Amino acid sequence: MSRRPGVAIVGAAETERIGRVPDMSAMQLHAAAGLAALRDAGLTTADIDGVACAGESPVDVADTLGIRAGYLDGTMVGGASFMLHVRHAAAAIEAGLCHTVLITHGESGRSRIGMQPWAPAPQSVRGQFEVPYGAILAPSTFPIGVLRYMKRYGMTPEQLAMVPVVQRRWAARNPRAKLREPITVEDVLASRMISYPLHLLECCLVTDGGAAIVVTSRDRAADRPRPPVHLLGAGEAGESPAISQMADLTSSRAFRDAGRAAFAEAGISHADVDHLMIYDAFAHVPLYGLEDLGFVGRGESFSFVEEGHTAPGGRLPTNTNGGGLAYTHTGMYGMFAIQESVRQVRGEAAAQVDGVRVSVVLGNGGSFMSAGVLVLGAAEAAG
Amino acid sequence: MAGDEGRPKPVPRPTPDTAPYWDGAAAGELRVPRCRPCGEAFLYPRPHCPVCSSDDIEWFTASGRATLHSYLIAHIPAPGFEDEVPYAVAVVELEEGPRLMSGIVEVPNDPEHLVLDMELEVVFDRHGDVAVPKFRPRGGAR
Repeated sequence: MSRRPGVAIVGAAETERIGRVPDMSAMQLHAAAGLAALRDAGLTTADIDGVACAGESPVDVADTLGIRAGYLDGTMVGGASFMLHVRHAAAAIEAGLCHTVLITHGESGRSRIGMQPWAPAPQSVRGQFEVPYGAILAPSTFPIGVLRYMKRYGMTPEQLAMVPVVQRRWAARNPRAKLREPITVEDVLASRMISYPLHLLECCLVTDGGAAIVVTSRDRAADRPRPPVHLLGAGEAGESPAISQMADLTSSRAFRDAGRAAFAEAGISHADVDHLMIYDAFAHVPLYGLEDLGFVGRGESFSFVEEGHTAPGGRLPTNTNGGGLAYTHTGMYGMFAIQESVRQVRGEAAAQVDGVRVSVVLGNGGSFMSAGVLVLGAAEAAG
Repeated sequence: MAGDEGRPKPVPRPTPDTAPYWDGAAAGELRVPRCRPCGEAFLYPRPHCPVCSSDDIEWFTASGRATLHSYLIAHIPAPGFEDEVPYAVAVVELEEGPRLMSGIVEVPNDPEHLVLDMELEVVFDRHGDVAVPKFRPRGGAR
């Protein structure tokens, strides 16, 4: 039984267009997504008294939308930020700081319209101890533990390549997914090397897009037009800004800590989970996620995927929108993972899984730097 | 080293708490902080121990011996690394325990030559005014 007094997601929407949207700035994407989520919730800006976002300032987003907010959360820990925004909004609503929070995401990841140039400061930990080795963007940091994982657990390149192969099967069912053509292990291994041992098809898309959600109290959620998606549990954690300082390059402490907290708060076991989203910036990240959330033991995830358990028809449908590998990935993908969990719990996803009562969504920030986990449910308590 | 043409390589800018590390590198030594009370050697440098929070920190000169813990080979260059692709970005494990990110030099940066757990030793490479620790195979290239 969930220990949360109760908040729910009552509005959720993505921008109409995702992928290449060169005529919209990052802030326009925030605003368009925010207004779409309000329409979905049957609310107006006058109903919102809290704003949260990452990248842009929540002051800027509130101002552009004309919202007079008494709760502002600019928590920025990378692509997992939105999971933290939901958790913080829940605590704030439960504490009476505000009643309805709009959480927005917008990123012109591909077209780079209205985006600040990004690089770690030369005096930061990463600027001093990682950037001088040519490790700036995610492809040159995130996969650094994969060879150690392969050596420790005997995973083959073919087994790793099954991750994008399986997710493409989900994407094929989703008209909004960017990449929908079926692919084979041979296709993956024949695609060009991006960051050995990862090939192009094992790396996420780089896209433009926005998405937003509205979180409110359980009482207020009852009158909304859309079925409420209840927050049953949540967890957040960090490890290090520097991937080289992970205690174990084959497992994310942040994933483990955030997952344990969320499952404990929700009072659920793994058998209660009908649907799973794991942030997939690169093919190995869902494998770490399956293990670190405890769905399988250490070193067992790639066989689990190979056996089809995460695929359509499998017992743990995972990354059912196609994921960052095939659906969309603006840079901070976590908000899109939440959107798919909400759609699945509402029963309105493109690749809908039968009878989703409980969905778990794991967000990642940086290169295993941070994590946020939400347990979302159709009812106020699982089971 | 390469990098004479085009954009310069990014240069680390020391802070007061990391200055002994970079001063050591300039002198050809890999200096590492260690907590006196609990004995923990750690990187990146901090003015306090990440295990026990003590600020009783001493610096010692590491042997420079390390093993190749894991790595990737970047085929898309970071700015300043255009003429080096493909290049390895590695995590090496010092004989004294701490790990750090580094580059591997004096050996082809390909999977055949870079084998996990191979033995390495530190060398120093100039980036602008700063010497940056990198590693080469111990006892020469294979």
